[in-house]
Amino acid sequence: MNIIGKSVIRKEAFDKVTGRAKYTADELSGPSLHARIVTSPYGHARILSIDDSLAREITGVRAIIVGSHEFPLTGEEIRDRPPLAVDKVRYYGEPVALVVADRYEIAKKAAELIEVKYELLPVINSPTEALKEDAPILHPNLMSYEKIGTAYPVAHSNISNVTKIRKGNIENGWSQSEVSVEATYGFSPSSHSAMETRAATAEIKPDGYVHITTSSQAPFMVKRLMGIYFGIDIGKIIVETPLVGGAYGGKAPIQWEVLAYLASRAVGGKRVKIVYTREEDLTTAPCHVGLEALVKIGCTMEGVITAAEMVYWFDGGAYSDKAIDVSRAGGVDCIGPYNIDNVWCDSLCVYTNHPYGTPFRGFGHSEVLFAFERTMNMLAKKIGMDPLEFRKRNSILPGHTTPTQVVLNKNTVGYLPPCIDRLKDLLDWDQGEITEVDDRRIRVKGIACSWKTSTIDTDASSGVIITFNSDGSMNLMSGVVEIGTGTKTILAQILAERMKMDVEQIHVKMDVHTQTTPEHWKTVASRGVFMAGRAVLEAAEDVIRQIKDVAACVLRTSTEDLEVAFGRVFLKDEPEVGLMLKDVVYGYKFPNGNSIGGQIVGYGNYILRRMTYLDPETGAGQPGPEWTVAAHGVEVEYDKRDFTYKLVRAATVVDIGVVLNHKAALGQVMGAMSMGLAFAGRETFVFDELGRVMNPQLRTYRPIHYGENPRYLVDFVINPVENAPYGSRGVGEHGLLGMPAALANALSIAAGVELNELPLTPELIWRTKGAEL
Amino acid sequence: MIPYDFEYYNPSSVEEAVQLFQTLHHDGKEPMYFSGGTEIITFGRLNMVRAGAVIDIKNIPECRALEFNQESLFIGAANALTTIEERNPFPLLSQTVSEIADRTARNKITVGGNICGTIFYREAVLPFLLTDSLVLVAGHRGLRSVPINEIFQEQLLLESGELLVQMVTNRAYLEQPFVSIKRRRQWDTGYPLITVAALKVGQEIRVAISGLTDFPFRAKQIEGALNRRDLSDEQRIELALHSLDVLILNDTEGSSQYRLFVLKNTLHDVLHELGG
Amino acid sequence: MTFRNADVLLDVLRYQLGLTGAKPGCLNGDCGACTVNIDGAAQKSCLMLAVEAIGKEILTIEGLNAPIQGVFVDQFAFQCGYCTSGFIMNAHSLIETKKNPSDEEITAWLESNICRCTGYMEIEKAVKSVIHLPKGP
Repeated sequence: MNIIGKSVIRKEAFDKVTGRAKYTADELSGPSLHARIVTSPYGHARILSIDDSLAREITGVRAIIVGSHEFPLTGEEIRDRPPLAVDKVRYYGEPVALVVADRYEIAKKAAELIEVKYELLPVINSPTEALKEDAPILHPNLMSYEKIGTAYPVAHSNISNVTKIRKGNIENGWSQSEVSVEATYGFSPSSHSAMETRAATAEIKPDGYVHITTSSQAPFMVKRLMGIYFGIDIGKIIVETPLVGGAYGGKAPIQWEVLAYLASRAVGGKRVKIVYTREEDLTTAPCHVGLEALVKIGCTMEGVITAAEMVYWFDGGAYSDKAIDVSRAGGVDCIGPYNIDNVWCDSLCVYTNHPYGTPFRGFGHSEVLFAFERTMNMLAKKIGMDPLEFRKRNSILPGHTTPTQVVLNKNTVGYLPPCIDRLKDLLDWDQGEITEVDDRRIRVKGIACSWKTSTIDTDASSGVIITFNSDGSMNLMSGVVEIGTGTKTILAQILAERMKMDVEQIHVKMDVHTQTTPEHWKTVASRGVFMAGRAVLEAAEDVIRQIKDVAACVLRTSTEDLEVAFGRVFLKDEPEVGLMLKDVVYGYKFPNGNSIGGQIVGYGNYILRRMTYLDPETGAGQPGPEWTVAAHGVEVEYDKRDFTYKLVRAATVVDIGVVLNHKAALGQVMGAMSMGLAFAGRETFVFDELGRVMNPQLRTYRPIHYGENPRYLVDFVINPVENAPYGSRGVGEHGLLGMPAALANALSIAAGVELNELPLTPELIWRTKGAEL
Repeated sequence: MIPYDFEYYNPSSVEEAVQLFQTLHHDGKEPMYFSGGTEIITFGRLNMVRAGAVIDIKNIPECRALEFNQESLFIGAANALTTIEERNPFPLLSQTVSEIADRTARNKITVGGNICGTIFYREAVLPFLLTDSLVLVAGHRGLRSVPINEIFQEQLLLESGELLVQMVTNRAYLEQPFVSIKRRRQWDTGYPLITVAALKVGQEIRVAISGLTDFPFRAKQIEGALNRRDLSDEQRIELALHSLDVLILNDTEGSSQYRLFVLKNTLHDVLHELGG
Repeated sequence: MTFRNADVLLDVLRYQLGLTGAKPGCLNGDCGACTVNIDGAAQKSCLMLAVEAIGKEILTIEGLNAPIQGVFVDQFAFQCGYCTSGFIMNAHSLIETKKNPSDEEITAWLESNICRCTGYMEIEKAVKSVIHLPKGP
């Protein structure tokens, strides 16, 4: 059919260009009360009193809720977070109280009248500060918190998790090494800044059923966690997710749903809506982690890396949430995509008084790669080797072993060398790293390589249901959330290809309804196509088998002789003998009225296989299904006087396995690169000494705008993966991974100083160069 | 979503607007003149601005004027910044305002609103400071015309109830060489680190600056130094930086020391563009 | 229809008229997701009081039927779609206002909107492809 690879228009495209596409806050049917959060104005403070007497007097206020020990602690690995602060606030923007009112403006007015008295406490503004001996302990009860997942916290400390990676013998590695480089790195937390702010509605029906609509990447996790937190029968929790207006990992955690539920519960179960303001979306909601890193790499004079030793201190913020997993992922892929025999890494998740961290596109990888790939460039420079050749020489390949001691094969890892070769072409690498423009400006190229596996739950699964319409067209139901990646359209392509059917004949259920849509674990980690795609193929086999069973009876043949394609089931060797699918899929009716078969419903599922937990002492284990590799480059035009620069070109070459939808794949890679460059070049929260976020709006926290972007050059290396749907690898995050390092490498060359912090602003360059007037 | 309520008035003359203000003020309504209204709306949402009544001045012909007479250019306060950019009667003004916020926002932000705003950059005032423009102000005692360099001291010093009607600029200045440079923390969007507008009148370079401190100002101290023809560019700029007597901003856009570095380079560009 | 003087146009469009194509992204004039056209000019509907729009022609994405929509689809100029209404309304205003905009003019207009999903090149392609189409009647 050749639907694979085609730039099939996304199924919801016309809704999106006509204003008809519906997101959570667009749901206006039915009356709803409105909730408004009172948030903490400080990074760390004791709550002395909360006076809501004035607020209660306002007509239209239905409930005011403040934190209480009665409410469950929440958290996906360690349950350390009260949904509303109790006794203490630990970050700026933390929810302190919730007002429910008839109208939004009433809730807002009342919220402003609630007077909270605080006593300031010492603020931890970085992992370094958190690990000082005299640092305040943010969670004195850390060891007694309930754990849902796996976490290894350290008693009497601010460390919520330690991941240890021990491969080979690091002492041997150092004794074999002839040249080494050691450096430190750091950056503060930042934001996902999806254009749709987080939003949810909750209603508790008189029969006890809880209905939640949420802007989430994880509606099934909402269901599961709400059941755990509040002791609700899981079958009585129904979660709906319409289209999601951007997520990038930031809508994988569960927070706003809990607030909506508490609000509804306080008003007798009435429907309550909560829509975060942009300020809340930036500071109250979980954010992108910060990091401090120490990286030391050693190699021989010939450029063979013999040892890599790292400590990563993730700034997980005030609560551990999924930052624990992010720090673990940073440990799993603690080096770049290289074959290194001796690896030693401690990856720590550290509590600070910052908004708490959660997945961000790339899941810890762009972060550790920034540190690692910067060090790689310094080492290449020290031994006088071309930085791309240095990487190519050390590329990880089938047969090699990862830091968690997984032996790779051609399916579990992509091929980096051809990615590097193609990158060289795209960037005209042979013309040199530096080109002079005029006496003030130079163009400089920087590069980095990346890899990533998806360290998701070992039992994560994805289910798909297929039904038919009476015209023979198909309905596809998957629990994948349409967050913008176009995954559901690609699933339709996979199904169309398998059924040899026009993709227009595949109808996709776009929204998720946990009662009627089969579960897809979470729409994260570039796993949507891989897992749901496998489930689609299994479901297709299921319906094909059922169709053939009926047709074999009607056509008086064996099922082996039948083929399903082009809307028909027919004899392979006599294609004109067959039946239209429309005459089979709701049962076949003989001329005398006898009918057989009945409606066909297909089911498929996929569960990740042979994944294991990591050994707590060595990190050994199978953390994810496969590694995608990529090579990246950035070219800047740098002004030697002002230390300013423009992004000129940015390139990424990914071993994608197979391209399923060309323009969609390009869009994923370019969009990820755009986010990576914005994070690398401009985006950061700025904290003051009280832990307050000083730039909580999009006019001061500025994502990249039109015209600030470089020209994107994207290409793919094709090496089909045997166990993936039509051979494709995950690609949603990979464009981002090398951008911070590549930009920093370019600018370090341009400026002639080592730039080891983010964001890479002209002021940072000026400061690193000595801050001279 | 502005949580509080206000009355809305839409007068069609200056007199009516001023009278309305008087009456509403007398009635304790805490009125505000409303031009583009972007600050009243956005700060209202955050409860940083509160009005009991707003008086929209966009339908007052004088406030919409954009016209010349023999001597002067008259720019009504309620002209949107993009109107000024498109019609371009005052190229320095066009260039300076074209860097404020973004184009869609500038369809709403007006020149008067920007000058009278609480966001302290108020870059639209820079060209008027450089051209010794006059400000036409209406109050309950009638209209008065005041040199901007008198009435604009860190901000426009209007008396209660006074309305900024027009800016009046001598046409002779409109033809003078100028430069307007905005430097930001990073790339092309956002608030300024420094915005410098400069005009060359005869042999004299005039400079006005926004973003250096928490108000825009005509930098007479700097002008003195920059016009020292007996000195080299380097020396003039060094002298200019030493003669600054404002508290330099230190905020999320940049540190004070870095702002000085940017200012130094920007002044080089000014001298380069306008000649010594 | 009744609304408060203090209601911004965006809220009236969405909650009184049920026109949810214009999106709240920041309510601060920073993101452009709520852009509509007022008498042909792009305006952020969170920066305008509804009362200011009385007597003016308001065009929202729901009422638009223009080539720009089709090329946004063809060029994959959106992913999550949340910024799309605003981007299209701004681009439409540009196309209707300027005959042959330069790259600088296109940038000056389109930097008013934030798209977090794409790399903007797709949007650039889409807009430029329509600029060279013959204008409607």
